[in-house]
Amino acid sequence: MTTAAPTRISTRVAVAVVVIASLASMIAPLVGARAPAAIGDVVGARLLAPFSHDPAGGFHLFGTDRLGRDLLARTLLAGRVSLAVGIAGALLAGALGTVVGAVAGWRRGVPDRLLMALTDALLAIPRLVLLLLCVALWEPSLRTVVIVLAATGWMGVARLTRAEVVAARGRPYVDAARALGARARRTLWRHVLPNALGPALVATAMGVGSAIMLEAGLSFLGLGVQPPAASWGNMIAAGRDVVVTAPWVSLVPGLAVVIVTMCATIIGDAVRDRLAGKRPLAAQRTRIVTTSRGPAVN
Amino acid sequence: MVTVVFVLARSAPGDPVLMLVSPTASASEIASTRTRLGLDAPIAVQYARWTRGVLHGDFGTSIATGRSVRALLADALPVSLFLGGVSLLLSFVIGVAIGSVQARRAGTRSDLGLTMATTAIAAAPAFWLALGLIAVFTYGAARLGFPAPLRLPAFGLHAPSGAPSGIGWLADLLRHSVLPVGVLTAIGAAGIARYARSALLDVVGTDAIRAARGRGLTGARLAGHVLRIALPGLMVLFALALPGTIAGSVFVESVFAWPGMGRAMTTAILARDIPVVLGATVLYGAAVIAANLLADLALPLADPRLRRDES
Repeated sequence: MTTAAPTRISTRVAVAVVVIASLASMIAPLVGARAPAAIGDVVGARLLAPFSHDPAGGFHLFGTDRLGRDLLARTLLAGRVSLAVGIAGALLAGALGTVVGAVAGWRRGVPDRLLMALTDALLAIPRLVLLLLCVALWEPSLRTVVIVLAATGWMGVARLTRAEVVAARGRPYVDAARALGARARRTLWRHVLPNALGPALVATAMGVGSAIMLEAGLSFLGLGVQPPAASWGNMIAAGRDVVVTAPWVSLVPGLAVVIVTMCATIIGDAVRDRLAGKRPLAAQRTRIVTTSRGPAVN
Repeated sequence: MVTVVFVLARSAPGDPVLMLVSPTASASEIASTRTRLGLDAPIAVQYARWTRGVLHGDFGTSIATGRSVRALLADALPVSLFLGGVSLLLSFVIGVAIGSVQARRAGTRSDLGLTMATTAIAAAPAFWLALGLIAVFTYGAARLGFPAPLRLPAFGLHAPSGAPSGIGWLADLLRHSVLPVGVLTAIGAAGIARYARSALLDVVGTDAIRAARGRGLTGARLAGHVLRIALPGLMVLFALALPGTIAGSVFVESVFAWPGMGRAMTTAILARDIPVVLGATVLYGAAVIAANLLADLALPLADPRLRRDES
């Protein structure tokens, strides 16, 4: 498959970038000299090019937006929202999918059939369309976006987990746990699930990147995080009108999305390769089939 | 799927009737509007009506515009089919080509470079790429002194003053298509190349290819063998790429102001025009199901192992 050395290096770089980006967006708004959301001298400081000084003497590495706000500070502030929404959305989706898959695979019978019918029905609708449907129905807000990301992202994980649970429940260690007197619930949570979690973990890791991208998309359309709260998506949307005269306004947050999503993909790939080792071709193909909705959505 | 869509829609807060009537409307006016739209019936009756309508190809009436949802979507569908179809086809061809180049040079610097490039492009939001291309090719073209063929229009399907039909009409359409199709194709091809690379590499490692090498096959003939074995996997990929293309087209239509399904849906969402949103969702879902079904039906053509025994 892939050559080992460059992959490992790029994985390390990706992890480093994500860690630095998260730390920077957590810390920077706290220690920054300027309040990133404050609007000061609009006329003098608006739409300054990167590497320029405003009349008050402040230096703007990435320039300013049309209200004279520093783009670097705002991108970092928005990073809090975008990263938090992406990670929370993916984790919630992963948790929900794991529970649904575990219950379906463990109980079998009617609950299994009902849950899988629901899963397949939702899987048939492209995720973005499902997202749009959901935000159309509820008021757009930060909380809505997270909930909706979770509600539309769990199906792949559920199918993977169900398959693993079904495969695991026939194993001897499950019989052993039962023979030792463990109740069904304990057998499932303590014995079956830890052994069935691998693929769910990979799908969840892969989901972070697409969740960040989907949040950006919703906010770009005005259906996600609402201004004045900053997110990368609504920052790009804000730069839409000045894309000719001040391209940096949308370029900077867009690059942030690309870099972080790219790193999330690389990390997801690495986790998959680590967990999968060398699987037979057939197993790999089914995995592509069941998880490809994640990274392909954009 | 139809059931899920309906349940989701009706569980929502926010009353479409209140959005429709004027703010000063009296309670009786609100009630009569509700009756006219059939929203006063019990939920089960609404569900039965709607499902029966969908099965008969009737998606109801748009609350905001008063047109039938079916006519509205029928206007939008060809635009999206054109945009999505051309992009999907191009991205598949280009993506598989890039994937093959990478698979042939696996482990080299050019492979790594292409992997980085495809990962980056696949990570780029479609609307952001679209904005960048507009900035360069539409507004920047004149300033940067690009030759006339590279100064591309960014909005709509046709120039307002364009020829109504014939060659001029087609040329105008093509010029307006370059940027939207280009954005979708770039992102789609990047995603497909990533999968094609690993799918082809899996095949290269099989005994069949080792045997073909042993028989002295090289170059294009060997590549032909590899592609033939990888074909079923690539066909599945074609169906799987559709949701991504649909998602991308929603943004691309929004940025380039193409009157397609994605734009119809986003406009309807902002107006809380639920019947249109539901209709578009059902149509999108149907497209994905149809693509999967096609892939399933076509697979035995490409993979003899999946054919049923003649007996």
